[in-house]
Amino acid sequence: MSTEWVKNWNPAVGLLAGIPFLLVGFYIFVYVLFPPLFESFWGATCGTVDTWLVCSGFLQRGFTAGILIGITAPIVGTYLVNRQMALIGEALAHMAFGGVAIGLFVGAAVPSMDYPLLFALISATLAALVMQYIAIKTDGYADIPIAIMLTGGFALGVAVISYGVTFHSTVDSYLFGDILFVPFENVQLMVGLTLLVIGAIALTHKQMLFITFDREAARLARINVRFYDTLLIILTALVVVAAMQIIGAILVAGMLVIPVAAAMQVTNSFNRGLLLSILLGQVAVFVGIFLSAEWNIATGAMIILVAIALYLWTFNVTLGSVVILAAIFASLVSWNLAVGVSFLLAVIAIFSLVRLR
Amino acid sequence: MSSVIHAENVSFAYDDQVVVDDITLSVSKGDFLGLIGPNGSGKTTLLKIMLGLRQPDTGSVELFGTPASEFTDGTRLGYVSQQSSEADSMMPVTVREVVEMGRYPHVGIRRLTEEDQEIIDNALAKVEISDLADRRISRLSGGQKQRAYIARALASEADLLALDEPTVGVDAESVDQFYTLLDDLNESGITIVLIEHDLGIVTEHADMMACLDCELYEHCETGKFLESDALERAYSSARVLKSAGFATGD
Repeated sequence: MSTEWVKNWNPAVGLLAGIPFLLVGFYIFVYVLFPPLFESFWGATCGTVDTWLVCSGFLQRGFTAGILIGITAPIVGTYLVNRQMALIGEALAHMAFGGVAIGLFVGAAVPSMDYPLLFALISATLAALVMQYIAIKTDGYADIPIAIMLTGGFALGVAVISYGVTFHSTVDSYLFGDILFVPFENVQLMVGLTLLVIGAIALTHKQMLFITFDREAARLARINVRFYDTLLIILTALVVVAAMQIIGAILVAGMLVIPVAAAMQVTNSFNRGLLLSILLGQVAVFVGIFLSAEWNIATGAMIILVAIALYLWTFNVTLGSVVILAAIFASLVSWNLAVGVSFLLAVIAIFSLVRLR
Repeated sequence: MSSVIHAENVSFAYDDQVVVDDITLSVSKGDFLGLIGPNGSGKTTLLKIMLGLRQPDTGSVELFGTPASEFTDGTRLGYVSQQSSEADSMMPVTVREVVEMGRYPHVGIRRLTEEDQEIIDNALAKVEISDLADRRISRLSGGQKQRAYIARALASEADLLALDEPTVGVDAESVDQFYTLLDDLNESGITIVLIEHDLGIVTEHADMMACLDCELYEHCETGKFLESDALERAYSSARVLKSAGFATGD
């Protein structure tokens, strides 16, 4: 019996056993290797391109965070969207916002605990586990716990904020995202989370795909469906917390869903769709950041709008082209050639991908 | 002949409605068993219990000699369900990717090797859909889709293939080809358990028949089965007449 248990939980046990090594590896990479890497990369980029967009320390950190979000969000989003769980990220983001509120409240009282993202991480992960538990234990529709979490997390956040004394600008930066507000240790946190997500998905992609496509057959093949479901929802919570700083709690789900939706339009293959959605995510982040800097528009909102423009374009080439051409025209008129060129390159890259499908 | 599935005194109820009542049934290695019965007679539930996907309320099931709930070798089981889940009607996934899933229980977290790829190629060739490998699965016809699922079972090198009304919504010509393929697989040593509503075609191909309506009416070789009155009894049971009455409103 005991050996059976080990067999059943083989992937879980394997992953658990690897955790100490993984943590050491993470620590070394995030705290020892990453900082000089970050410096030399942006130093070199600033040396060659030399515009304030890549030379400002704020934007360097923001860009790095954005790039990392553009990788992880579409990865977990690909599984979520194909399981019809597109909005689960939004529910977790709102719970994370509740956690941020608690974190700000605690941080105001106890300065040594002033780390709201940690609270966000804890509350989003707990919410993920609760949601998974509810999904197993109840017979209701899947979107009921999502709706409850979504509003409940927000209610919690608003309640705590209204009770305590908090600066509105701080709250806003978590609600709507703020690219100029990413301290270096948050970038480090995101590097760690990104590594974790990529590592976990690289190991379990096959099982995740099997379950996403055919749950019953995966159970029959004696894949531990519950374990992988829980893993996916926890990874989602991590990604959401990481993305919240730039995109904002309210808009986070867009990054999980829109690049994936666009990629699904242009490819027949799940694996290629996964890669393409990362690529589209990167384009949305880059172009979004450029345009937001150029037009002085909130970055999170701009990233999502660019992602939607890309989606429209894969969905309907004419409609999308009009949107993109209008954006290019506006960006050229207003000065920054770099924006226009990067936009054009992105369009050409995606167009060739569509043709190559 | 060793027993592939052995169910003993299995009962199952949804809340208070009994759908499987004290059924004892064995499937031997190499059998081609046709499982028939009226609508709502508990065929699918029984099949899922036999595969360990559901726990019976009472009774026990053994798969390849191990209790079904503790059976861990998922590679030995192949399953083709009733037509298309929602996912496969929307999800961007190619036929080849679906067939690759058959190898997943074998490889765990490592990568697919050349050898795995070869097995996948052979499975695609065996069910004659090699040319469709890069198509999106949702764009295949019903018959082609079911072939892809068979290929997935072949890729996993399953020796038990369970099919739940696989030919609903498949055109007649493809149904014939599909059954020829099943005969072929059965001859190569794969045990098949098949739920089918079309009595004519199932008696033509299956070598064993089982007829149930909540309880088991008959389980024997196909020839004997056709001479028995099991069908008449099953389809005229009080249960069926009652539900038919509701359906027609009289």
